[in-house]
Amino acid sequence: MFDRFQNSRNALGLIFMLPAALLLLLFLTYPLGLGVWLGFTDAKVGRAGEWIGLDNYLYIATDSVTQLALFNTIFYTTIASVLKFFLGLWLALLLNRNLRFKSFFRAVILLPYIVPTALSAIAFWWLFDAQFSIISWVLVKMGIIDTYIDFLGSPWNARFSVIAANVWRGVPFVAITLLAGLQTISPSYYEASAIDGATPWQQFRYVTLPLLTPIIAVVMTFSVLFTFTDFQLIYVITRGGPLNATHLMATLSFQRAISGGALGEGAAISIAMVPFLLAAIMFSYFGLQRRVWQQGGGDK
Amino acid sequence: MSRDTTTDTAGMTFLESTPKKLVNAYLPLGAFLFVLLFPFYWMAITAFKPNNELLSRDGNPFWVNSPTLDHVKKLLFDTAYPEWMWNTVLVSVTSTVFSLAASVLAAYAIERLRFSGAKQMGLAIFLAYLVPPSILFIPLASVVFQLGLFDTRLALILTYPTFLIPFCTWLLMGYFRSIPFELEECALIDGATRWQILTKIVLPLAVPGLISAGIFAFTLSWNEFIYALTFVSSSELKTLPVGVVTELVEGDVYHWGSLMAGALFGSLPVAFIYSFFVEYYVSGMTGSVKE
Repeated sequence: MFDRFQNSRNALGLIFMLPAALLLLLFLTYPLGLGVWLGFTDAKVGRAGEWIGLDNYLYIATDSVTQLALFNTIFYTTIASVLKFFLGLWLALLLNRNLRFKSFFRAVILLPYIVPTALSAIAFWWLFDAQFSIISWVLVKMGIIDTYIDFLGSPWNARFSVIAANVWRGVPFVAITLLAGLQTISPSYYEASAIDGATPWQQFRYVTLPLLTPIIAVVMTFSVLFTFTDFQLIYVITRGGPLNATHLMATLSFQRAISGGALGEGAAISIAMVPFLLAAIMFSYFGLQRRVWQQGGGDK
Repeated sequence: MSRDTTTDTAGMTFLESTPKKLVNAYLPLGAFLFVLLFPFYWMAITAFKPNNELLSRDGNPFWVNSPTLDHVKKLLFDTAYPEWMWNTVLVSVTSTVFSLAASVLAAYAIERLRFSGAKQMGLAIFLAYLVPPSILFIPLASVVFQLGLFDTRLALILTYPTFLIPFCTWLLMGYFRSIPFELEECALIDGATRWQILTKIVLPLAVPGLISAGIFAFTLSWNEFIYALTFVSSSELKTLPVGVVTELVEGDVYHWGSLMAGALFGSLPVAFIYSFFVEYYVSGMTGSVKE
């Protein structure tokens, strides 16, 4: 009897898993394997490649554009993630207070996150226009600058401009998820620490931060993952220009594989992202998680 | 970076005087709100500005003097915009419904049937959720090509579930976990089949989870860009974000008016749905990063 139950449970489990598993095997697992294989071939669009060993990797390791893209990706991810973390945490703390219209604030703040990134990126492109940028207009009228800023024309301006757009889009996600974490912290901790004479800063440092650390680790890991593999913002705003200054690994692999037709080389660039991506994830997850036991929260 | 030191004191905020609260909370919050919402205002106002106002540095740029519908008209009648909109709706709805159905079954099997290997399957689903589309799109393009699906809507309908199913399954597993086992045991004793338990007991109780997953999945597919850009090339089959980005930019002349109108009307549907389901959306988002 028990056996039959167990059997049917396994059989039923298999049937229930089937649609999801089939689709993921065909369109996720298989392409992942295929991507690794393509990286070792000279495949072009419409032509199956032949095994060429590590040639693609040797080429991209010496290719100055790929090196620049790697630098850009790391720079973009680091600066944007740090900004998103501090601004997001600040916004979460603001929203966690007893304010009027709190739920309204919380609702509208998520808007940048829910609208299609490609479309809001076009709005940023317009905001960063060299001739008609409203930002430059305001700054000129205020007498802060004399000439319009060429936001996307010079390498460093362009890098910081796309970072600004990325932070704009990512802050709501960080803020709202951290807010959910903040709301699980019991007010009695704050009352108890206030009675013991803790200043607001001490309350933040010794109550809020340690209790928030686990969720910070998870949220920032996701944020790093999405920032590192970002494609849309760059593709829409700069297409990697000027002079490849904003090319990320993802946009470069698109350019080489789809626009340029060199599937094998593009796949190699994609695959080359993986170790860096894993390192970034490990760093943000374990780096942030470690604080838990450093502050006496028990080893995890 | 000035960090707000007066942190959440939940029950203690009454200690704060009104002017101090104004400076510490409402002022920075107002600044955040302004920065986060300004691009939308700018999008909307540009969409209705005539070209001569757009391309002049005089006057007040923050307002429209003579609003025009020219850009919207151009969008509706001179471009394939209505078709992109229809493609996006079609692709988003179909892939969401399909993913949701597959995810309900998978999540129920992993969380409740506990077949042997269910734990590993749950972990595999989570790992699948972490695979970024920008690493997957090159080999996936070649799979789509081999299957003869290149430049069809079906290519998108079949590939979107690669990120929707892991996400929805993960979210629903969390919801199913919160439904007491006892309910199912009672039903089993009363002779209900597993299918009856799923449809008559678990699903009605998991409706909030289904809405969260559905809304989130719909938004994710509406916003999807890289697959739609790679797998579809004919203008009339493009989705809205891709169509606006690739077809509305002609040469060196940027038609900012119609670009912004296109961006605005492409954002409104998701914003509209979102406004009705804010709570579900937030719980979906926070649930997606929980374990």
